[in-house]
Amino acid sequence: MEKTGFPLWLRRHWPGLVILTLMSLFPFLAGLAMGDPAAVPPEIQGVGRVLALAETGRAKFWQGMVIQMFILAVFAMSYDLLLGYTGVISFGHAMFFGTGGYVVGLLVKHAGWSAGAAVGVLLLVALLQSLMVGALSLRVKGVYLAMVTLAFAEFFYILAEATDFRQYTGADDGLHGIYPPPFLSPTDHRTRFYFLALVFFLTMYLAARRLVNSPTGRVMVAIRENEARAAMLGYNTFVYKLVALVAAGVMAALAGALNAFFNLGVTPSVLSVATTIDVLAMTIVGGAGTLTGPVLGAAIVHLLGYWLNRLFGQTWVLLFGVTFILIVVFLPYGIVGTVQARSWRWRAVWRERWRRIKEGRKFPLPS
Amino acid sequence: MEPRIVLETRNLRKEFNGLVAVADVSLQVREGELHAIIGPNGAGKTTLFNLISGVLPPTAGKVLLRGRDITGLPPHQIARRGIGRSFQITNLFPNLTVLESVRLAAQARGRRSLYFWAHYRRYREYEERALAIIHQVGLAGREHIPARALPHGDQRKLEIALLLATGPDVLLLDEPTAGMAAGEIPLLTDLIRRLREEGGRTILLVEHKMDVVMNLSDRITVMHQGRILAEGTPAEISADERVQRAYLGEL
Repeated sequence: MEKTGFPLWLRRHWPGLVILTLMSLFPFLAGLAMGDPAAVPPEIQGVGRVLALAETGRAKFWQGMVIQMFILAVFAMSYDLLLGYTGVISFGHAMFFGTGGYVVGLLVKHAGWSAGAAVGVLLLVALLQSLMVGALSLRVKGVYLAMVTLAFAEFFYILAEATDFRQYTGADDGLHGIYPPPFLSPTDHRTRFYFLALVFFLTMYLAARRLVNSPTGRVMVAIRENEARAAMLGYNTFVYKLVALVAAGVMAALAGALNAFFNLGVTPSVLSVATTIDVLAMTIVGGAGTLTGPVLGAAIVHLLGYWLNRLFGQTWVLLFGVTFILIVVFLPYGIVGTVQARSWRWRAVWRERWRRIKEGRKFPLPS
Repeated sequence: MEPRIVLETRNLRKEFNGLVAVADVSLQVREGELHAIIGPNGAGKTTLFNLISGVLPPTAGKVLLRGRDITGLPPHQIARRGIGRSFQITNLFPNLTVLESVRLAAQARGRRSLYFWAHYRRYREYEERALAIIHQVGLAGREHIPARALPHGDQRKLEIALLLATGPDVLLLDEPTAGMAAGEIPLLTDLIRRLREEGGRTILLVEHKMDVVMNLSDRITVMHQGRILAEGTPAEISADERVQRAYLGEL
């Protein structure tokens, strides 16, 4: 009998639920495992003690690591909407991430706006920016598109570094002192910020998943596969590429805003080509054309960067480069992409074996 | 009563750096007919299709669909006006399954392609239409195989399925049997014959296999070096001496 309703739903989604549970428990588990007991007064006991421990020692640090991973994961997913799902190679994705940081930074620090209002305005700004960049760059394809988007990103990078606006942007020093509302402060209430980042990540993941599984998302995939043929079916491919770019741009801008609030500031480096290369690496390592791929890629790249940096100091970039080459050579579709492709084959092989066994029983070979 | 002209080209011309691929071709395709275009390699047949379907802009001349000028429109607009096209060289979505490819073609007909907030499986009608067409072209049982993994004959069938799913009323078939195994060809010609007999569709067919053309066509246009050499019923064409000479290479 076919299972229906909740049991079926549970059966299909249990891995996601397990991961979600672990993500939700992480701050407290980290607090118990790595918190600093000496920093918590002994009179605090029970649940209160667990909550307090999560704000201390290495537990606090590792929550910060995971918050940064959530932010980078959203950024990488947004890039994959272009690269992996629509086949659009943009070299200027950092521009949206950086815009997110600078827009909320300028509004919160210099205009004295609340964080919520700043994010609201950012949505509008990111929408207009991605529409404008898309309208101008999506007319060309391939390398030319990469170059046009790169030029746009460099424009914003130069703008952020320009000494003429030092009193607003801080030029090459960056814009510091971008504070979220005190009750969400990443320094005083790390666990609260962790849950803010977790909810943000989940929302963006579900939104991206819905987009790629929507009629629009299917057309995006068709464009990746064969743009000319999609047009011959009657799709105005420009419109669909623009939708992908706007979705990716807004998502990246929101990730950039959260990044600025978490780090309490932005520097021009978030707008640099290096940021785009990082997000490209995360997407490719994890697996372009999947959503879990960029998430995993962001986590791996961030962790690897941290550990290699601790173990080898300045040469870590070189070691990371070598690792990246090895992954691309041995896992050409990224980690998730390669596993998916292989498991498909494994499953087919096992299904075939099982079929033969069953048929063998039905029709025993004549002796 | 004179049959209506559905598709017409007027002095359509295409030059590539001075090389004339299509030289002032004026063609009239009547409603509901199967009109074949034949001619030796390099006669300009595929270029003519590219001009009609908007893949290439013509150097001069006009394309009219039901009397309306569609010259120079982008391919997606021409497709939405009801001209569908299949390709001589297999031109598919390599990593999409048969069902997903045809479903996308069916979706292209509707007006829901920008519903980015809904799950695509909510619109069962596209999937049902795709399944019906997959069955019609003889690809049943292969719905979940990616296009790149299909044998060549099945890729040709998928090509036709993509075309049919968009529901065009003018079909441009560019050598649908190209590269197909001899045993598979009757299946395809049967399909084309059925499409014609169902009515409501006008078919423009480029084909090399003479028996296929003679069997199926209502009218035949012979092209040679970018020009129209002759036009008529299959009987008239097979009796035409100039056509025979063109094929033997004496012209």
